[in-house]
Amino acid sequence: MRPIEYVAAKTVQEAVTSLAEKGDAARPLAGGTDIIVQLRGGRRQLDRLVDMKAIPELNELTYNASSGLRIGAAVPCYRVYGNAEVAGAYPGLIDAASLVGGIQIQGRGSIGGNLCNAAPSGDTIPALIAHSAVAEITGPGGSREVPVEDFCTAPGRTVIQSGEILVAIRIPAPAAHFGACYMRFIPRNEMDIAVVGVGASVVMDGNKVTACRIALASVAPTPVYAAAAGAVLAGKEATEENINAVAEVAQSAATPISDMRGTAEYRTHLIGVLTRRALQSAIQRAKGA
Amino acid sequence: MTTSDKKKYKVIGTTPIRHDGADKVTGRAVYGIDFHTTGMLWGKILRSPHAHAKIKSIDATKALALPGVHAVVTGKDMAVARDIEVEAGETSLNYMHLSDNVMARDKALYKGHAVAAVAADTQHIAEEALGLIEVDYEVLTPVLNGREGMKSDAPLIHPDQTTKIMAFRFDPGTDSGEKSNIAGKSQLKLGDIDAGFKEADFIVEREYTTSWVHQGYIEAQNATAHWNNDDNITVWNSSQGTFNQRQLMAEILKHPVSQIKMVPMEIGGGFGGKIPVYLEIPAAMLSKKTGHPVKMTMTRTEVFEGTGPASAAQMKAKVGATKDGRITAAYAELVFEAGAFPGSAVGAGAQGMFTTYNIENVLIDGYDVVVNKPKSAAYRSPGTPQACFPAEAVIDELAELVGMDPLDFRMKNAAKEGDRRADGVQHPEMGNLECMEALKASDHYKSDLGGPNRGRGVASGYWGNAGMPASCSIAINADGTVSLAEGSPDIGGSRTSIAMMCAEAFGIAAEDVHPSIKDTDSIGYQGLTAGSSTTLRNGWAVFEVTNQAIELIKARAARLWETEPENVDFADGVFFSKAEKELKLTFKEMTGKLMETGGPISVAASVAPRGAGPSFTTHMVDVEVDPETGKVEILRYTAAQDVGTMIHPDYVEGQVQGGAVQGIGWALNEEYFFSDKGAMLNASYLDYRVPTMLDLPMIDTILVEHANPDHPFGVRGVAEISVVPPLGALANAIYAAVGVRMRDLPMAPHKIVKALQEKNGKTK
Repeated sequence: MRPIEYVAAKTVQEAVTSLAEKGDAARPLAGGTDIIVQLRGGRRQLDRLVDMKAIPELNELTYNASSGLRIGAAVPCYRVYGNAEVAGAYPGLIDAASLVGGIQIQGRGSIGGNLCNAAPSGDTIPALIAHSAVAEITGPGGSREVPVEDFCTAPGRTVIQSGEILVAIRIPAPAAHFGACYMRFIPRNEMDIAVVGVGASVVMDGNKVTACRIALASVAPTPVYAAAAGAVLAGKEATEENINAVAEVAQSAATPISDMRGTAEYRTHLIGVLTRRALQSAIQRAKGA
Repeated sequence: MTTSDKKKYKVIGTTPIRHDGADKVTGRAVYGIDFHTTGMLWGKILRSPHAHAKIKSIDATKALALPGVHAVVTGKDMAVARDIEVEAGETSLNYMHLSDNVMARDKALYKGHAVAAVAADTQHIAEEALGLIEVDYEVLTPVLNGREGMKSDAPLIHPDQTTKIMAFRFDPGTDSGEKSNIAGKSQLKLGDIDAGFKEADFIVEREYTTSWVHQGYIEAQNATAHWNNDDNITVWNSSQGTFNQRQLMAEILKHPVSQIKMVPMEIGGGFGGKIPVYLEIPAAMLSKKTGHPVKMTMTRTEVFEGTGPASAAQMKAKVGATKDGRITAAYAELVFEAGAFPGSAVGAGAQGMFTTYNIENVLIDGYDVVVNKPKSAAYRSPGTPQACFPAEAVIDELAELVGMDPLDFRMKNAAKEGDRRADGVQHPEMGNLECMEALKASDHYKSDLGGPNRGRGVASGYWGNAGMPASCSIAINADGTVSLAEGSPDIGGSRTSIAMMCAEAFGIAAEDVHPSIKDTDSIGYQGLTAGSSTTLRNGWAVFEVTNQAIELIKARAARLWETEPENVDFADGVFFSKAEKELKLTFKEMTGKLMETGGPISVAASVAPRGAGPSFTTHMVDVEVDPETGKVEILRYTAAQDVGTMIHPDYVEGQVQGGAVQGIGWALNEEYFFSDKGAMLNASYLDYRVPTMLDLPMIDTILVEHANPDHPFGVRGVAEISVVPPLGALANAIYAAVGVRMRDLPMAPHKIVKALQEKNGKTK
């Protein structure tokens, strides 16, 4: 590992400038729970790390019952699940944030960093998609917004261009009778990477589902928004049969591979199991709310 | 829980705070990996990216030109070590193979095989330099499976290797004369196997496989070596045996034993994996070239790829029983992947396989097969977890066919004192049946499973334990304390256990004995910290030195009391005159009078004890299987083990629990996941899944204290055997829960789902 220049940016503009100077040889640093491991393991070579943690805007966590939630890109997981109001309003995100890595990782690693790392298995990403989250990006050319389902483009790659940074993730205020859930399968009970992860959200009207979103992790080169799966349930009763139908469409939305964490066949099977379970949990939560 | 009918001790059987406790909980203890000395350079190893390749050339010119790089060594710098086989505690070892494993000479035989080493000012420069060493490989077809490697048309890993054949226990062996990847074929034979199967009403025959697994010690391999100008070599490292490693160093470096000093640092786990040398050799060679001390440490990936995990095995087991539940015959074929060099633990596995049972007719064929994977090393009861897995699974099936409770079936067939092992050796006094009876009487056995998809499994295990030589010395201090020196690296609390036996002998508190672990120049010969032997054999050494010291002190008391030494006796920590009862002095009082009665007293002794006393155990586990995901949750776990007389019960219980946890990992999730080219794809603790705290219930223990009659304090090895039964116990419990027999380890969730789908005729 060669020496790396470290820059602690104080403003968004300073970060953008500092990153743009080095192009692909610079990366933002938030919790560092992914990038430092990648650098030490020789999987990535950089000349400069630009620390985001000293930029006030990237450390803000704001919630308002009408406008929703805004999570600064460097806000670590524990602050999100440690906020009672946020925890009550965004249960799927809380499921994910409280099982990423382990306690120590959650104390340091940010949800923004998990998104920018763009691992197919990133736990918070399907949860963010289920919650209809939007990424706020600023770069040399100004600011733009990208729905989280369009953010990741390949393993480790995103829509972020050279010099751009993720400033915040915005999630709309949940509708009445909204429920969400993120579930993953791992062979152990902690410290593991999802074999399959499923994020689900619903808006209920009695026992009828008025809206449903399903997103998947670890079953394709990027996290997958299975829009067609959610559409199956929209306007329908939350029956076992209808839930099974959602699971089947979700299975067909995935393109899993066989690797050391599971076979493609097993992953497809698990998408069905976890979609049903996550959906049932989201429906329960919606009814309880 | 403890069962006990032992004799009463004052110190033995209590749980004093360990002597190394304060240093370890405050982080002050100096482990091998913490060692640092003036002028030290850092070494790193370049490893083969190929599982099987000819090394055509190595060019280090560019690496040597990098500023901060001091030296490079390769296999060409190595002397050719002797091609002879020697005992290495639990497995055998060949000096030439070991040398070639430490640094490849002509061929790289597995991915991760060391091909060069570099010394530089910093670790980062050394790493950078590795990328500048140019190795020209000719990639060869790898052999990646034992059964494949046995085929006559398989590529030969060692072109001149033939098969050594041992037909029975005392057979000197013959050589097949035919070139083969089968390095060894052994056979254990008892009775008449065909007659035994003819007697059987039920016969079950199955095939099983296990994967490569790693011991998973926390502290990675490390070594700092200094080759001084006077050709004296000093090595600071953490190992399971300084004297053994000194011998290995001497053979590989062709250097006199007397000029090598091994300094034992604190050790962060070993489980058998820290018996061989790895970094010690290149560190010494780089030190010789540079004149500086050289420190080398492995990354976790290097530990997985470049040290000695436990063999994968492909096995067959066939067992027959009568209608009334008597086992009449047992046959097994064990194929163990030795790794790149001969010497798997297949022999030890065969010896332990059916050994908890009294079976008159047994035949076990064992094959030691070289494959292009890391050279296997010892791992806690080497070979026996693999071999007992098929034995316990087939016996479970037989119990079901016979219609007996699996524990009752085992009890009916349990081996007792005087019964013969498959190799003909008779069992000494031991507590096999007592463990099974204790388990049957336990709350666990009587409890309800309490829900669907839950099942209970049992399995038994055997491990022979080892003796090995030991030395210790004591110096008696005037304040009634004792300085106790020994030389066995302390992995499982041995130094405190040894000190406790010393305290018991003198009638003083454990805290009044100050144990320390010395380097090879400062103490007599010690065997390995292996084979569950350390507390046993050092206990013998302590027994010797304390007896000798007591005799010497008796003479001093006699001088004080103006009588003859034979008129003085010692009991319960008090020296007294046999004639005049009022003449008595405690050990502590006597130590204050040594200077005035002839000067200080110190005693040293070396022993080579036999009669280690075998270990027997039976485990019981309750699981719940999620039939949709295949995930296995362990609900309750109880291990019953004959532990002999416990010196420090907390350490004993910790050993039993730790082994069970390693066995659980082996059974459920741990495996080397290889690519089709022989590259390990999961060489990190993220994807090599050892159980975490959240994956385990409390491991309950039933500690049966059947004192070893051949040891002065009744000590029996306790440290290894508990890794043996979990594999079979979990397979049996999963069957009881959801009705599928898992015969391929690990019993990972995806395999269980597949088995359930096949059972239910579904493919969804």
